[in-house]
Amino acid sequence: MSVMRRRLRTAAAVLLAAGVALGSAACSKKDDEGSTGEGGQVKLVLQTFQNFGYDQAIKDFEAANPNIKVEHQKMGELRDFQPKLVQWLAAGSGAGDVVGLEEGVLFGYVQNHDKFANLLDLGAGELKANFPEWKWNNAMTPDGKKLIALGTDVGGLAMCYRKDLFQQAGLPTDRDEVSKRMATWQDYIALGKEFKASGKVKAAWLDSATSLMQPYVMQNSETFFFDKDNKFIGDTNPVVKQTWDMGLQMAKDGLTAKTQRWSADWDGAFKNSAFATLPCPSWMTEGVIAPKSGPANSGKWDIAKIPGGGGNWGGSYLAVPAQTKHPKEAYLLAKYLTSKEGHLAAFKEAGAMPSDLAGLEDPAFKDKKSDYFSGAPTGQIFGDSVKNMKPVFLGAKHQQIWETVFEPQMQAAERGKVSSEAAWTKAVDEAKKATS
Amino acid sequence: MSSAVGAPRSHAASRPPSTPPRRRRSYRLGRWDLKYSPYLYVAPFFVLFGVFGLFPVLYTVYVSLFDYELLSGTKEFAGLENYRLLMEDAQFWNAAYNTLGIFVLSTVPQLIVALMLANLLNRQMRARTLLRMGVVIPNITSVAAVGIIFALIFADRYGLINWLLGTVGFDPIAWRDNRFASWFAIAFMVDWRWTGYNALIYLGAMQAIPKDLYESASLDGASTWRQFWAITVPLIRPTILFTIIISTIGGFQIFTEPLMYGNGLIRGGVDHQFQTLAMYIYEKTFTGNAEYGYGSAMSWLLFMMIIIFALINFALVRRSVKGDKK
Repeated sequence: MSVMRRRLRTAAAVLLAAGVALGSAACSKKDDEGSTGEGGQVKLVLQTFQNFGYDQAIKDFEAANPNIKVEHQKMGELRDFQPKLVQWLAAGSGAGDVVGLEEGVLFGYVQNHDKFANLLDLGAGELKANFPEWKWNNAMTPDGKKLIALGTDVGGLAMCYRKDLFQQAGLPTDRDEVSKRMATWQDYIALGKEFKASGKVKAAWLDSATSLMQPYVMQNSETFFFDKDNKFIGDTNPVVKQTWDMGLQMAKDGLTAKTQRWSADWDGAFKNSAFATLPCPSWMTEGVIAPKSGPANSGKWDIAKIPGGGGNWGGSYLAVPAQTKHPKEAYLLAKYLTSKEGHLAAFKEAGAMPSDLAGLEDPAFKDKKSDYFSGAPTGQIFGDSVKNMKPVFLGAKHQQIWETVFEPQMQAAERGKVSSEAAWTKAVDEAKKATS
Repeated sequence: MSSAVGAPRSHAASRPPSTPPRRRRSYRLGRWDLKYSPYLYVAPFFVLFGVFGLFPVLYTVYVSLFDYELLSGTKEFAGLENYRLLMEDAQFWNAAYNTLGIFVLSTVPQLIVALMLANLLNRQMRARTLLRMGVVIPNITSVAAVGIIFALIFADRYGLINWLLGTVGFDPIAWRDNRFASWFAIAFMVDWRWTGYNALIYLGAMQAIPKDLYESASLDGASTWRQFWAITVPLIRPTILFTIIISTIGGFQIFTEPLMYGNGLIRGGVDHQFQTLAMYIYEKTFTGNAEYGYGSAMSWLLFMMIIIFALINFALVRRSVKGDKK
């Protein structure tokens, strides 16, 4: 009996020990990313966030390059993926052979570029003419010697407006006419006052004072919060303060709905038709405005040109981390996905607007119309807005300074929680602290 | 027993059992078995705890002594500089203040309500099991879903509560600009999820109390209320202490609820009205410059705070709830 029990016990101990050994072996198991598979086939790992729309493009790439196998890891939201990527880059392993970088994230990496391969060394120089100049230059180090990423989508900018509310207020509703009436931002504000003065609509003119910032500063300044040496100049850049005042003046005049972007109230404002215009990047039309406004408001929205001409908001890139074992193949993949074919496939699959100049001219994109937006020729409107844009230097911490410092303070001032001056001082102080 | 110890081991069974060296060896093996195998059985927990629990904690201490920024790749020894900066960091103390405020605002009503609820559920009634299971349903819903729903209920403009206030003629509440209102809303969210859970734990403890205690108490003329305070509460004191420790640990690490409440922004309100310590740690460690050193120092300080507060709560409750004196 006791022999039996002891045997059982010994067996259990052995099993447990084996279990522990196996468990720790499983933990220490090396990632086999980037390993060369059987038959000389190269396996590449592509890591993207949200939805790049690459399913078909990858199939086409694999068909054209039978020696390369692509594993596409979709990493969820950017805010989940970004901290992981930082860790993998620092640790020297774990990052894919090709990784997706959002524009705001990219600027940080341009400054700390040693973790990425120089695409110019891999032959990217020949691709320069394919992209708008600003899109290309964003991924280039200041000395112009290293390119860390190739452009995927862009966020061409337009002005989305509520045709039905315009009509109620006695404003023109035709998109060409509307574009003409808001050729400049001054015109736009004047039209807003006219809209309000009609007294026939409850809705505000614009969703928030902060919506003005991005398009206006980008059109009127070569820098935003940082100068080209990455020093904080948000307090001295006259255009930033000018836009701040302009937006808050609009709020004071009762032209804004004072909603906070990406909040539950913002969603509610769409459903309740609480504002009549919204500067909208291309990804926002079908991806944000349509679902948030709901089917009940289909055909009530339309799209005009953005005041002041062009603009861009958002967009992403593909980069090759220096830790990859297959830089050549990785570059081939990045090159294909950012070619005209890759761009158009992504546009078809996920509505991502091409940054490739030939792609912008392709009928598949250019002739695209949106039913939700009263049949507006979205391809043409958005395509025009990015082609002739001037490059604006944003700097590594642009997104952080805007999203976590200036935007919330401006919103607080808009809601009347604090005075414009107090909010400005606070924003500048905080920004200086965050950039020192 | 002694004869069993000398019996041949399984692997030696085929060999002649009579040779003295073998016998001695198997005897020794048997002793080792008795002596050491218990340690081997508990080893898996400690190995896993060491790898995934203790090592990260100690490594956090190590990292906290460095000026360590992941994005730029800086890693320089800084001694206690991170801790010194922390003492001067107003945003850190603000986050500590918020965390403590939300903790008190959520835990105190939560445990009291849970206690009452458990007492009710401990009575004879219809559909008792259904009701008992029902109280934990909020706990098994995803915290993100809870966050989204409550963000809608407490929305500033189109929210349910402000709408109700409006229909009876009150001004809407600035749920995010007003510090206390934001704490209240977040505490409400926490309580909604955790009250039932704690009630169930209390209920489990209450059922272990012998019924005859209540019987004799009611014979002596003690009211139900009196019975609750004089019998139930003192007898489940260890359980109350347990829930308080667990709530302290959980409450100090509150993260998802305030994050969802602030529309997913790590800032936690314009003036950080409801940014908790965990949120500030995340902000410093995983956004911006990825300041791992500073974030580690904060994490370590949070760890110490949790221990201190858990001990304070433990002492307070042990003193105020009188148990049976042994």
